[in-house]
Amino acid sequence: MRAEAKTEALTARTAALTASGSGWLGAARRDAVARLAAMGLPTKRDEYWRYTDPASLTAATPEPAALFDAGDEAPAFDGIDAVKLVFVDGMFDPAQSDDPATAGIEITHLSQAEGVDIHWAREVYGVLEARGQIPVQRPLATLNTAYATQGFLIRATAKAAKPVSFIYHHKSTTSDALLHHCIKMEPGSELTILESGPAAARMTSVMEVEVADGARFHHIRAQGRDHARRAATHVFSRIGAGALFKSFTLTANGCLTRNEQIVELVGNDGVAHVAGAAVGDGTFHHDDTVFMTHEGLRCESRQVFKKVLMNGAVGVFQGKILVKPGAQKTDGYQISQSLLLDGDSQFLAKPELEIYADDVKCSHGSTSGAIDDTALFYLQSRGVPKRVAQSLLVLAFLAEAIGEIEDEAIAEDIRLRLEGWLQRHEH
Amino acid sequence: MLNIKNLHVKLEEEDKVILNGVDLAIGAGEVHAIMGPNGSGKSTLSYVLSGREGYTVTEGSATLEGTELLDMEPEERAAAGLFLAFQYPVEIPGVGNMTFLRTAVNAQRKARGEEELSAGDFLKIVRAKAKTLQIDADMLKRPVNVGFSGGEKKRNEILQMAMLEPRMCILDETDSGLDVDAMKLVAEGVNALRSEGRSFLVITHYQRLLDHIQPDFVHIMAAGRIIKSGGPELALEVENNGYADLLAEAE
Repeated sequence: MRAEAKTEALTARTAALTASGSGWLGAARRDAVARLAAMGLPTKRDEYWRYTDPASLTAATPEPAALFDAGDEAPAFDGIDAVKLVFVDGMFDPAQSDDPATAGIEITHLSQAEGVDIHWAREVYGVLEARGQIPVQRPLATLNTAYATQGFLIRATAKAAKPVSFIYHHKSTTSDALLHHCIKMEPGSELTILESGPAAARMTSVMEVEVADGARFHHIRAQGRDHARRAATHVFSRIGAGALFKSFTLTANGCLTRNEQIVELVGNDGVAHVAGAAVGDGTFHHDDTVFMTHEGLRCESRQVFKKVLMNGAVGVFQGKILVKPGAQKTDGYQISQSLLLDGDSQFLAKPELEIYADDVKCSHGSTSGAIDDTALFYLQSRGVPKRVAQSLLVLAFLAEAIGEIEDEAIAEDIRLRLEGWLQRHEH
Repeated sequence: MLNIKNLHVKLEEEDKVILNGVDLAIGAGEVHAIMGPNGSGKSTLSYVLSGREGYTVTEGSATLEGTELLDMEPEERAAAGLFLAFQYPVEIPGVGNMTFLRTAVNAQRKARGEEELSAGDFLKIVRAKAKTLQIDADMLKRPVNVGFSGGEKKRNEILQMAMLEPRMCILDETDSGLDVDAMKLVAEGVNALRSEGRSFLVITHYQRLLDHIQPDFVHIMAAGRIIKSGGPELALEVENNGYADLLAEAE
C-alpha cells in the first residue's frame, strides 16, 4: 500500500475516535497517536499478517455481526465465585456489575484515572505495549492505547480474595469495542483474571500485565461464540524474578480471531505459560501469534496451542522464542497442533526460534493430522459409539492445552464447554 | 455361540485374499485355540470378526448366537457380547484409563437397555477386578496404555474383558511380549472368566500359552483356511514338529 493510501486508511479508521484526557493518561494516548501515525495500520503484505487478512480489523467500520443465542448453555465461569465486571458492547455497565471493592484489591476504571497527574498505571499503560512493538510492530495495539476509554486499572498487593471476571456482552450488531486493561502485580501478590464473551461485532483489546518478583498471575478466557464476531486481542506481559504468568484461551466460533501474546521474561527463574484451545467450523479463522522473549536466567516458557478445525475452518499459529544473550539455562517449549476433521480445513504454522545464548534447552513442534483410526477402532471395539469415541479423542487432543489451567473448577468449566461444542458439531 | 461359515476376506485396498473359506463353530463355554504360521490369516480373522475397517468380506458369514456379526458396527458387536483382546493394545494419550473403562461399560449397558453404573458402583467393581490382576491405582489413572509395559498392556486388556463381561472373547496373541510370570498372571485372569456361558478363541503362535489356558479344541490355520482340527494334543504336535508336516499333509 502506498504511503498516502496508508494514511487515508488510518484517518478513516480513527475518524470517530478521540485521544482524550489530560494528565498522564492523556499524554500516554497522545504519544500512541504519534507512534501509530508513524507505523500506519497493518496490511496483508506485512510479514506477520500473511496468513490473516487484517482488512476487516482496520476498516473504518465493523462488518455487522448477528447476535448469538447460546441456548441453554450457562455463561462461561458462571459457577466460579468472582467479582464480575460487565461490559455491554465495550461499555462498562456498573448496574450489572459487582462492587469492585469486594475483590480486596485496587480496581479503578480508566475514566477515574484521567486528569490525575501521578498514578501507578503510568508505568504500565502504553508502556508494555510500546516495548512490545520491537522488533515486530503491532499497530492495532497502539491504536487501542491511543483511543481506548474503557477498561480497568488493577493493582494487587497480596493474594486477591477471588478472581476478577470481565464479562463482555454483545448487544448491537454494529458495535466496535476498544478495551484496555492494565494489571500491576506487586511482589508476592496473586490474582486470577477471567474474561468471557464476544464484547462487540468487532473488538480490539489490550491487556498489559506487569508481574513483579514472586507474584503469580493467572488469566483464563473464553471468547464469544458469536459466529460473525471479530476480535484482535493483545496481552503484553513483563515477568519478574521467580514470578509466574499463565494465560489460557478457549475459542469456539468467531469468524476472525487474532490473539497476540507478547511475553518478556525479564527476571531470573520466571515462568510463563501461554496456551489455547480453539475449535471452529466453516468460516472460522483463528490466529495465535506469540512472541516469547527470554532475558533472565533459568526461565521456563511454554506455548501450547491446539486447534480442531472442520468444514473449511482455518487455523494459524505464529510463535517465536527469542533467547537474548546471557539468558542461560533457558527452558523453552513450544507446541502447535491441529486436528483436521475433514479435508477442507487448513492449518498454517510458523514456529520460530532465535537463540543467542549457548546453554539453553528449546524445543518446538508443529503437527497437523486427522483422528487416529486405530484409536477410534479400539474405542469402538469396546462398545463406545463412533461419535462418542471421536469426541473423546478430540478432547484428548486438547487435553495438554487445558492442562495448563491450574484451577480444576475453571478447567472443568472449559472442558464442559468443549464437550458441548463437540456434541453440537457431531457429524 | 460363534459360527463362522465359508468366510472369504480380501484387503479393501488391494486384490489380496487373506481368508479363503474359514469354517469354525464354537459352542457355549468352549475354549478353542487357533495356531498357525505367520501370515496365515489368524489376526485378520480376529479383526474381521470385530469389525475393523480395511477388509472386504467376499463370501460367507459369521454369527454370534444366531445374529449376523458382519453387518454390525464394531460398537454393536461389542454390545452383542464380542470382545477382542488386541495383540498390540492401542495407546490413547489424554484419555484416562478409568474414564475409558467407564465410558465403555456404560455405553454397552446403554446399548443393551440396561441402567448405567453410578460412579461409586463402577469404582468399587473396577478396584476389585484390578486388584486380582495386580493393576494398581496409578495404572487406572494414567492415560490408556500410555507408558505401560508389555505386560501391563495385556493385563489392562484382561481388565477390560473382566469389566465388560463379554460372551465371546477373542485373544489375539495375548502371550506375545510377555515373560513367564506375566503370562501366568494373564492366563489366571482369563481362567477366572471361564464359565458355561462364555466362550474363548485363543490365537497364538506357541503352545506354551495353552499350558496355562487349556483349550478344548485346537485348529491349525494356513493360507487363510483351517487345515486341521483336533484336541489339545494337536498343539503339542506343533510344538514338537513345527508346521511343516501339517502343511505338507494338507497339500
